[in-house]
Amino acid sequence: MSEMRDMIVKPIFTNNPIALQILGVCSALAVTSNLNTALVMTLAVMAVTAFSSMFVSLMRNQMPSSIRIICQMTIIASLVIVVDQILKAVAYDTSKQLSVFVGLIITNCIVMGRAEAFAMKNPPLPSFLDGIGNGLGYGAVLMFVGFIRELFGAGSLFGIEILPLVTNDGWYMSNGLLLLPPSAFFIIGLMIWLMRTFDVSQVEKPDFVICKNSKKEAI
Amino acid sequence: MAANNDSIGRTITVTVLLCVVCSVIVSTAAVLLKPMQLANKELDRQTNILAAAKIDYQGQDVQKLFAEKIITKYVSLKTGEYVDKPVGYKDSKRAAKEPSLSSPLPRKIDIASIKRTANVMPVYLVNQAGQLEKVILPVHGYGLWSTLYGFLALEKDLNTVVGFGFYAHGETPGLGGEVDNPKWKALWPGKKVYAQGSMEPMLGLVKGAVDHSAAGSEFKIDALSGATLTSNGVTNLVKFWMGENGFATYLTKLKAGES
Repeated sequence: MSEMRDMIVKPIFTNNPIALQILGVCSALAVTSNLNTALVMTLAVMAVTAFSSMFVSLMRNQMPSSIRIICQMTIIASLVIVVDQILKAVAYDTSKQLSVFVGLIITNCIVMGRAEAFAMKNPPLPSFLDGIGNGLGYGAVLMFVGFIRELFGAGSLFGIEILPLVTNDGWYMSNGLLLLPPSAFFIIGLMIWLMRTFDVSQVEKPDFVICKNSKKEAI
Repeated sequence: MAANNDSIGRTITVTVLLCVVCSVIVSTAAVLLKPMQLANKELDRQTNILAAAKIDYQGQDVQKLFAEKIITKYVSLKTGEYVDKPVGYKDSKRAAKEPSLSSPLPRKIDIASIKRTANVMPVYLVNQAGQLEKVILPVHGYGLWSTLYGFLALEKDLNTVVGFGFYAHGETPGLGGEVDNPKWKALWPGKKVYAQGSMEPMLGLVKGAVDHSAAGSEFKIDALSGATLTSNGVTNLVKFWMGENGFATYLTKLKAGES
């Protein structure tokens, strides 16, 4: 039982797909300018990762290894289209904001990464839970980044005004950079730094050591 | 994994089966959800038309309100006269791609960078006691990243702006995306499109705050800060659609009471 709990909880902090595996950063930049889209994107990615992992795992013993990647892609792409269609039908406004990014879940490295790394070697149920866990881990980062970006970039949370903006006769001068995708790079970078400061085991070994400077003339 | 998984026969069987199953799932979802998606799209369009015309739709049945208040008509851009909805005409966006329903725009006059326009465009009229009250015109044009689609509503003098808003665009949130800001949209009502006795559109966005006491301020709207190209795009699309290649012919006829 605790193994299953680990599968869901571990990817959130100790083995986070964005912070530790550095996967799926591209979409994390694009959809975090407000919490609403970040939340819907989280749910969409979670559903796709969980179900694609489950289906890949169900098929893992039948899949010829020469075409396994394209088989995984087919499953993932089908699921993404279904999710996109459902969003268009039930959450039209949000799907308009997410626009191409729902379709781009197909290329989200987390989905394929989990299918290839975990689901190909494990039974369906653990694969499903692993997908949920990684979706949650992705979502946790998305919500964190979205929180900072929307609060300080637009002065609101979930579209509800928290810091009244100067443009709306308030006092808060918003930081426009936070609404642009590059700001997520800074936030994710700082977040990874913070996480690795507290959990030293996440720090990777350096690929090479910089030589000590022994020549004085150059300085 | 057994080795015979990699035989050619097995590979082809798995591929075919997987493709069949996936395509059935995808097409089922698409077909089943299509009515809901179309209803959403239509509702969104109607809501935006009502919003541009400043008709309060909050807490009301948008579809019913739309049917009650708005009359949809089709106008030939060239002659400015009402025409029947052409056969095969679904919406102006799709008609603009259909060679038989649209015409290409030479570069010189294509200031809104839209390349082709539909020959016939829908217009939406609001009548009060049999008299024309407001007319809502669909407009679109290229901004920085995307084509902006919106509605511009005019008073019965066919010159004063009632409201303006975009319902689809992909401009940068926080910069060009501020075209959706209610504060900015509130600058539009009361502005004039044409100078007296002319059909040359004057309305446009200018940099810096507009001095409301200065002459000509009725044609000027504050540009969006940090979004010069989106602002230029908005100016261009207003100039195009209100100009002679857009709705100017129609508006002239409507004013003269011929249309």
